[in-house]
This record gives sequence, C-alpha cells and structure tokens, in this order.
Amino acid sequence: MADIGILAATKSAEHPVYRMIDGPRGAKPKNRFSRANIIVYGTLFVVALYYALPLYVMIVTSLKGLPEIRVGNIFAPPLEVTFQPWVKAWQEACTGINCDGLSRGFWNSVRILIPSLILSVAIASINGYALSMWKFRGSEVFFTILMIGAFIPYQVMLYPIVILLREAGLYGSLTGLVLVHVAFGMPINTLLFRNYFASIPEELFKAARVDGAGFWAIFFRIMLPMSLPIFVVAVIIQVTGIWNDFLFGVTYISSPDRYPMTVQLNNIVNSVQGVKEYNVNMAATLLTGLVPLVIYFASGKLFVRGIAAGAVKG
Amino acid sequence: MTMTDSRPDAGRSAVTRRPMRLFRNLSSKLALMPLIFTAVVIFLGGTIWTIVYSFTSSGLLPRLNWDGLSQYERLWSSRKWIVSIENLAIYGFFSLIGTLVVGFTLAALLDRKIRGEAVFRSIFLYPFALSFIVTGLVWQWILNPELGLQNVVREWGWTSFNFDPLNNPEIVMFGLLIAGLWQGTGLIMCIMLAGLRGIDEDIWKAARVDGIGTVKTYIRIIIPMMRPVFVTSLVLIGAGIVKLYDLVVAQTSGGPGISSEVPAKYVMTAMFGGQNLGQGFAASTMMLVMVFIILIPWAYLEFGGRKNG
Repeated sequence: MADIGILAATKSAEHPVYRMIDGPRGAKPKNRFSRANIIVYGTLFVVALYYALPLYVMIVTSLKGLPEIRVGNIFAPPLEVTFQPWVKAWQEACTGINCDGLSRGFWNSVRILIPSLILSVAIASINGYALSMWKFRGSEVFFTILMIGAFIPYQVMLYPIVILLREAGLYGSLTGLVLVHVAFGMPINTLLFRNYFASIPEELFKAARVDGAGFWAIFFRIMLPMSLPIFVVAVIIQVTGIWNDFLFGVTYISSPDRYPMTVQLNNIVNSVQGVKEYNVNMAATLLTGLVPLVIYFASGKLFVRGIAAGAVKG
Repeated sequence: MTMTDSRPDAGRSAVTRRPMRLFRNLSSKLALMPLIFTAVVIFLGGTIWTIVYSFTSSGLLPRLNWDGLSQYERLWSSRKWIVSIENLAIYGFFSLIGTLVVGFTLAALLDRKIRGEAVFRSIFLYPFALSFIVTGLVWQWILNPELGLQNVVREWGWTSFNFDPLNNPEIVMFGLLIAGLWQGTGLIMCIMLAGLRGIDEDIWKAARVDGIGTVKTYIRIIIPMMRPVFVTSLVLIGAGIVKLYDLVVAQTSGGPGISSEVPAKYVMTAMFGGQNLGQGFAASTMMLVMVFIILIPWAYLEFGGRKNG
C-alpha cells in the first residue's frame, strides 16, 4: 500500500498528466451561457455559500456588540464595527478557572507545537531515509506495525501511554505531550519521507557509497538538500495536526494553566457560568482557527499535496 | 556490471560475517530506535495491554484481577453505550453516503473545465484545515435556535420554520452531521478530483463518439473505473467516523441528555471521568473491533484481489 507513489501526490502539479488534461475534454465548447453551464455554476455557487457561510458568520459576529447580536440576524454585517470582542477574547475571557484570555492557550500551543514539529519532522525524515536506503532484516516489519498503528483508535492506546509517561515523570507536562505528538505523527510522516527517498535514483546513493560516505554523511550532504519540498509538506501536515489536536491535550495535560489553545477555547465557549458573550466566543474561535487558516491560504497547492499524501496512507 | 549488493562488506566470508550481523548497518538500526520504540512499545504493546486489561475489574487503577467477560457484559447492558453505538451507526451511514456523493459531485463539477476552479476548490477545502473544536463551536452558534439560522428564516417571513437540531434528541445527530460534512467533504473532493484527473482523455472521446451523455458517462464508465479511489475514500471516512469525539464535545457535549453520545466519548468518560478503567478498556477494545470490521474487507479486496489477478 505504501508504494502508491507519494511522488505522484507530491509532484502532481507539474506532472505532464495535468497539462494533458488541460486539453479539450468533455462536452464540446459551447456558448458560455448554455443551460448546462448555468446548472454547473449555479450548483457550485450555492454549495460554495454553505462552505463559506461559517467563516463569514464568525467574522461578522466577532465584530458586533452584544446588544446588536441580540436584536439582529447572524448573517447581517455589523452596523457598528467593534474590536472589543477580539481584545476581550485574547486578554480577559474566562474558562471558569482563570480569566486571562486565550493568549495563555495560544502560547501553550506554540510551546507544544515548535518542539513537536522539529522533533517529529527530524525523526520522520531519518526514518524514511533509513527505511528506504538502509533496509535491514526486520525493518519492514517495524514499518508495517507502525502503519497498522495509524488505524488503531487513539482511545485504545491512551491509558498505556499515561502509565509510560507517569513512569518517566512526564505525565501532565508539556514535554510529555510533545512526545505523544511525535509518536502519533510518526506513521504518516515516515511514510511520506520513505516514499520520497525511495523515488531518488539508486545510482546517486551507490556513487556516494563508493566515495566512502556513510549513513549520516549521505543523509546530511546529499539527501537533505534535495528534499526541501517534502519537508514543506511534512511541516504543513504537522502544524495543522498538532495545532488542531484536542484529545491528547485534554488527556495528557493535568493543569488548566498548561492547556493548549483548542482545549482552552472549548472551556471558554462551553463554560456554563455567566452571560453568553457570543461575539467574544466567535472572536476566540476565529483566533484559534487562524493559525491553520493562514497556513492553508499561504501554502495553497502544497496543502493539497499534503492532503493527497495523507490520503495515500489508506 | 550490475551489482546486487554494493555494501563494502558483501564480499566477506560468511564465517566472519555471522557474529557481526547485529552490528551490520548499525547506524540505520540506531537511527530507527524511535520508530521501533513507537511501533513495538506504544502501538503494539499499548494495544495488547489495553485488550488484556479489558478482562479485569480495574477501577481507579489498572489491576490484574481477572474478571472474564463481565466488563463487556456491563458495557452491552449499558443504555449509554447502546445509544452511543446507535448514534455512531446513524452518523456513520449518512456521513459515508453524504461525503461520497457530495465529494464526487463537487469533484465532477470542478472537472467540467470551469472558470475559477481554484477559488471554488479553496472554498470547499478550507474547513478541513480547521479543528473539530472550531467546527463544532461555529455550527453550535449558527444552529442556535434564538439567534441563529432558525431565527433568520423566521424573520424573513416563514414564521413557523422549525430547525433546532441541537436541542432535539430525535435529530441531534443530523446537527452534528451538518458540521461533520462541512469539515470533511473537501478532503474527499480533492481525492476524487485527483482520481478524475488520472482518467485517460481517450475514454471521454470514445464516449462522445458513441453519443453517450455526460451524466451517463460518469455513472456507467467513470465511477466503475475509479473503484480504487472510492475504496481509499471509504477507508478514510470509515476510520474518521470511529474517531468521532472532539466535534461532539464542542458542539453538543453529548446532549441533550445522552442523545448524542458516541463510543469515543464513552471511553473518555469511563477512563478519565468515572474512574472506571475496565469499562474504558472494554469500550476501546470494541472500537478496535469496529475498525477491524472496516479494514478487513478492504485489506481483503486490496491484497487478496491483487493476488488473484
């Protein structure tokens, strides 16, 4: 299953197949306002509304005052734009335990994200390299176990990991959570790198061996410099995956002070005390979604390739 | 000139090589230690550990007091678990159908050589970048009965309009489904689109020559050709459904009452809320069984089928 070329997924945009598809295809080119065209565009437009609406509602709601929300309609643009809900969400929103806003969760998430990202991408790239070029007896078995593990529901492994972390004295700490992210990000990223390195011509590797380069020299001097695109894809997968995680954050962090942003957001919005401040809630929700959204809109096609790569794991 | 083994020690005699086997390729073995640890200790070991302890009476702490199948008996006589399974079945069925139909239709529409394909594609896909927590919270707000969608439609003049899924036990799973489909269909659309792009242009030409209509070509020719893509999508959707947890926590917290509970949430409550570890282990083992029910037919089709032809 692993050999369904990641390469196809990662190179697809430049692939000649794409250019071929840009040739004439489907029905004969007709009048732009033909009935078929109106149906196609009409459907796409209506569906696009359903997808775009929540983002619009989040933005609009977060810019309104509370009185305006109570009398108005959620789709109406704000009559009076206010940034107060954003400030409040960032600095003062309450979770029921503390009232210093989402900024706390944001910085926790950053402190979780950066080490997890560096460690998991580093380990996965070395894994991929070793598995594709330095196979040894049993290496494929370990890889297969890892890939099957990707399908096991997380709930099955949650408690044994609690015990492992407790034994290591890391339960409840950010470090423990980082290690969990590294472990669970390993299957998909290892697969990604393994397939990428497997596509590199073997002659290159052999030539380096003949010149006397060893395991690490080949990795750092030859393989790394030529695998930048796949690193970008891995980083995109990991940033969105780790930032959006809720389950591990809520399981392996013991103190609300250290909760990642998603967990804190949920506690803010779903806390039962006090008046529901919908504008603050939506500002907080948007703030939490901002990091992956920026990654998504900035990376464009690479995000799609990351997704395609993720899909290949199936 | 072709070498089968380029390693410098390939020519050494077997006698000197054998005791050194463990140390051969040592860097690679050392470099793979994190992978070996994750695969064997965490994934394999953790799974076996949980299955073993699901047959014990562990409560607050895991203990090896054998208790046979009693955790499973309690599980299947629990009203909450039955509701969870039913909910997952409803959500799973409609999510599977909905995602496949919507994903394929959108991909087919985007493949009709339209203008602004990139714009539509980014609109359909951006929800996939967002977490289930964000998804659940924004849809909780849109489906808010007093201030959300229901209120807007009533203001437009349809005063008897009634749509309040999150407070109605009968249809609460469909409230979750609206959000789930919003978040997940973009991914399947992308995979389907890649599949459509991989189909040979000549097929379309041949269909046109034979005078087969566009819709008919999709249903009769293209979809059967895309079987592997559909199978991949099915596995992806299936694995995602079993994991359903964050969305429920954010959007409904399992309510009203227990009417939107799901198995993953049952496990979390039993293990970390109820100090009822044995129940959590038994319930998570059942989740594992569910995944295997999805995966085994797939593995059979993929690997069994390949062998035969």
